[in-house]
Amino acid sequence: MAEDNGRPSSRNAFSEEVIANTPGGEALRLCLQCGTCGGSCPSGDDMDHTPRRIFAMIEAGQKDKVLRSNTPWYCVSCYYCTERCPQHIPITDIMYTLKRMAISDGLYEDSDAPDWSQTFIGRVEQFGRSYELGLATRYHITHRPLGKIRLGTFALDMLRRDRLALTPSSIKNIDQLRAILKKARELEGAQ
Amino acid sequence: MRYAYYPGCSLERNAASYYKSLMAVAEKLGLVFQEVDDWNCCGATEYFAVNQLPAYALVARNLALVPDDLNEMVAPCSACYVNLKKTEKYMGKYPELARQVNEALAAGGLGYESGRLQVRNILDVIVNDVGCETVARDVVKPLAGLRVAPYYGCLIVRPENGFDNPEYPTSMDRLMRALGAEVVDYPLKAQCCGGHMAQISDKVAYELIRRLLHSAAEYQADVIACVCPMCQLNLDAYQANVNRHFGTDYHIPILYFTQLMALAFGLSTREADLGSEIVSARKALAKIDVELPRQEERKPKKRPSKQALPMPVMPVEETN
Repeated sequence: MAEDNGRPSSRNAFSEEVIANTPGGEALRLCLQCGTCGGSCPSGDDMDHTPRRIFAMIEAGQKDKVLRSNTPWYCVSCYYCTERCPQHIPITDIMYTLKRMAISDGLYEDSDAPDWSQTFIGRVEQFGRSYELGLATRYHITHRPLGKIRLGTFALDMLRRDRLALTPSSIKNIDQLRAILKKARELEGAQ
Repeated sequence: MRYAYYPGCSLERNAASYYKSLMAVAEKLGLVFQEVDDWNCCGATEYFAVNQLPAYALVARNLALVPDDLNEMVAPCSACYVNLKKTEKYMGKYPELARQVNEALAAGGLGYESGRLQVRNILDVIVNDVGCETVARDVVKPLAGLRVAPYYGCLIVRPENGFDNPEYPTSMDRLMRALGAEVVDYPLKAQCCGGHMAQISDKVAYELIRRLLHSAAEYQADVIACVCPMCQLNLDAYQANVNRHFGTDYHIPILYFTQLMALAFGLSTREADLGSEIVSARKALAKIDVELPRQEERKPKKRPSKQALPMPVMPVEETN
């Protein structure tokens, strides 16, 4: 499949991959390009491409451009677009699919967002629960050292009000959770 | 009324006020919450961005842990609620997904069949199972004269969660009216607080937060009542940053709706767990004769000399 040839081609491999990896994703084929999604999006102004445009680009097979854009990462999961889409396209779920594909193909340019997600799930897999201070510290020190000053005042405010966990709390049956997640990852890989 | 209760990670620490006030209110209303034993994190908005099947399996473990004698599960946090509700629903709608999730759960000796549980949000339970009339009967200290802006955020009303209008919800409005409050009807009550955006792009997050504060301030809200720890954190903890960034001067305390219920029920400020909010609610609550202890006295700071190097400006603290 040639990329960026400017010619829409339905049934391209990229659009099929997006659809196959999203429950209910077939509805993407029904996109009318009406723009209700972009018009409803609270962070649409800051996206490289609105969701409507991203769907046209998926239809055109522009995998690289789509996965490198900040659009999926700037999705705040508010579900306004999903709620309003006249074709019932699960748009928020498709944004999650694009994030996963961007991570697995190493195709994102905005490095903060995927790292935040991965740091978060690392904690969850380790303890079964999210551990705020450990998460924030690890993330900010690894990825945003210059943002530490601001984090400092924020963390101080939170600590003074006893709103930040200093020690991780772990679930009892962490082995069970890990076995479940391991199996799920195997099954996903086998898809 | 007995429910399986899923607290979610935030209620353990960051949103402990939500937890404590909710428990105080629940006792008053005769709601019995049985905490799901050994529940795990729902993955928030992050897990689905990395792996799909493990994300569903992570959520489904919680569904599978609910004992057989309970058929309704209550979640106070909006993100937990949407993840639990969505996983429950998708396992019924997409059999292949359900089969794989169950294959993963089986590795831990668990299983879940869609339809066994009804996932509910706590606001839904209070407004629809208990009812505003019953709530009104327990009100001994009406919130008369307090202008409350109910803030729903996204995930308790979208996608199509069934108990309130996804665009223009009113359930918390009715509840606040039952408490005697003056309800502020403002246009952005179901708009997004930015979710995890504060961790990703300050600029984008601050603008989303600013819009909400602006909308509530335009309608002269004394306080914003919220239902979600993420919304509370964004609007409360980043309010000073927003003011600094835009040169604005918003000072709107962000409380959980259960804290306002507790006050109207005549419970103490300790039982309502007031005081851990970063934007002080002292001035607002004085309107209903609730006296909050001053947040810890701060030593007066020396003003930085104009000759000194430019330093980051600290947020202005309320003094009365």
